[in-house]
Amino acid sequence: MSPTPTTGVQVLSRGVWRENPVFVQLLGLCPALAVTNTVANSLAMGLATFFVLLGSSVLVSVAKDWIPKQVRISAYILVIATFVTIADLVLAAVVPDIHKALGAFIALIVVNCMILGRQEAFASKNPVGRAVLDAVGTGAGFIVALVAIGGFREVLGYGSFLGVPLLGPAFEPWVVMILPAGGFFTLGFILLGFGWWEARRANSVRPRRWMNEATVTVEAPR
Amino acid sequence: MSAGARGAGRGGGAPKAPARWSAASRAGRLELTASPHIKGPDSTPRIMWTVVASLAPVVVAATWWFGVSALILLAGATLGAVATERWFGPGGTLRDGSAAITGLLLGLTLPASVPLWVAVIGGAFSIAFGKLIFGGLGQNVFNPALLGRAFLQAAFPTVMTTWPTRPETWGTLAGDTFALPFMSGDAVAALTGATPLGLMKFESVGTEVARLAVGATGGSLGETAAIAILAGGAWLAAKRYLDWRIPVSILATVAVLSQVVRWIDPSSPGPLFMLFSGGLMLGAVYMATDMVTSPTTPTGAWIYGVGIGALVVLIRLWGGLPEGVMYAILLMNAMVPFIERATKPRVFGTGAPVEATS
Repeated sequence: MSPTPTTGVQVLSRGVWRENPVFVQLLGLCPALAVTNTVANSLAMGLATFFVLLGSSVLVSVAKDWIPKQVRISAYILVIATFVTIADLVLAAVVPDIHKALGAFIALIVVNCMILGRQEAFASKNPVGRAVLDAVGTGAGFIVALVAIGGFREVLGYGSFLGVPLLGPAFEPWVVMILPAGGFFTLGFILLGFGWWEARRANSVRPRRWMNEATVTVEAPR
Repeated sequence: MSAGARGAGRGGGAPKAPARWSAASRAGRLELTASPHIKGPDSTPRIMWTVVASLAPVVVAATWWFGVSALILLAGATLGAVATERWFGPGGTLRDGSAAITGLLLGLTLPASVPLWVAVIGGAFSIAFGKLIFGGLGQNVFNPALLGRAFLQAAFPTVMTTWPTRPETWGTLAGDTFALPFMSGDAVAALTGATPLGLMKFESVGTEVARLAVGATGGSLGETAAIAILAGGAWLAAKRYLDWRIPVSILATVAVLSQVVRWIDPSSPGPLFMLFSGGLMLGAVYMATDMVTSPTTPTGAWIYGVGIGALVVLIRLWGGLPEGVMYAILLMNAMVPFIERATKPRVFGTGAPVEATS
């Protein structure tokens, strides 16, 4: 586990890679598996989630002193649901095709535990500035993850990227990649890569700047 | 005091690996090992390579009916499987032949017209996702070759359901075998037909049983020649390398159920057609009997076989697909742990089931 970050840069950056919500925390897997069959869908879902996360983090952080502890989860959900409704209506007005493709999964952003998790773990305990940095970092990490999965699936499943054909007309599409099973395969592959990368990193511990003030536990190489 | 114990004592710590003890025993000293003490000559490599050898008639039949493409595809699938085992496997596992047999069996379930690269990818997927991801040989839940085929079927449905007719000469390719990797083959290159099951399902046209038995029909490479498969299977069963209860119960269930259905609805195909068509023979003899993914108890083997047979009849007669052997076996593979738990042998003289040790 990483120690509590001290600088704003760390708050911002950790969500993108080291504590990536999908690949490391394994949160928000439902949209990451369900709507990532093309890059366009992944991007739309990522941006919508980003907007909801940012908006609710700001509001929760501002209102944290007025929300009674006993009903905080329902309050967070109400805040999140408000922003999801906004995102839903905006998507329907601006990009009706993608809104149709995403279907019920836009409404389901409400139950994305990644968003609720950031409210409970961070926004409700930190000032607005840091909450914004955290939301931007985590939201960007979510977009990165969704686009990575969506890119892999679209290239193999349709032979295109963002709708632009890449591999020529003779390409034999891997139909399984645009089916639900393809989402699981892709996510599994990427998690495998992450685990391999983490294991390599853990075996060659290099001192980092924050180690001066934190207790360092070095894992023995396996 | 034995050599092994002394050796361990000299080390001054935990006992050394048994390999050192048996090395000492070769010099005529006392051998100390854990049970079992009586061992047969059979080993994993021996069994696996025997299974490979028993597939020879099937491979010959496939090559006879589908020409040189069959050999190329079988080699490609085997290469994909063996290379994956070599690169990602725990090391030293190539010799036991299990990767070779997975690749070979996968190759035998492919249509003759698939491009070579599809076969190689299937072999690699079978080993990587069918076996290594579970922890290697003996740990896998599903039959690796069938899992590879299920993946190919889901990934490339058109390629995997295009059935070529027999090529005019032996040297003619049955399809665009050498299509560039990831590119679809030239569709014009192949003359396509239909499998007997497809004909039966979609056009209600039957096929003579004699033609089915020798393999003069469309279908996957290794599934058409029922007689060759039965010959290989009989040899393996005689050597006790496969549990005869599994193929017998599968085939008997299919025969009985399809006869019952025929009595009710005379237009449905009879038991002989059901037995000799499609992948049933190959599946029942070589896929379902995989030692790793089939039950070890005799009662369990019967339950497992009856389950596969019933599912095959269900899928073939009322499902959307013409053939259901692959999914039937994979589904029953998933049931094997439960079957084994339900059929635990009892300790002699008591009412208690044997407790699992480990």
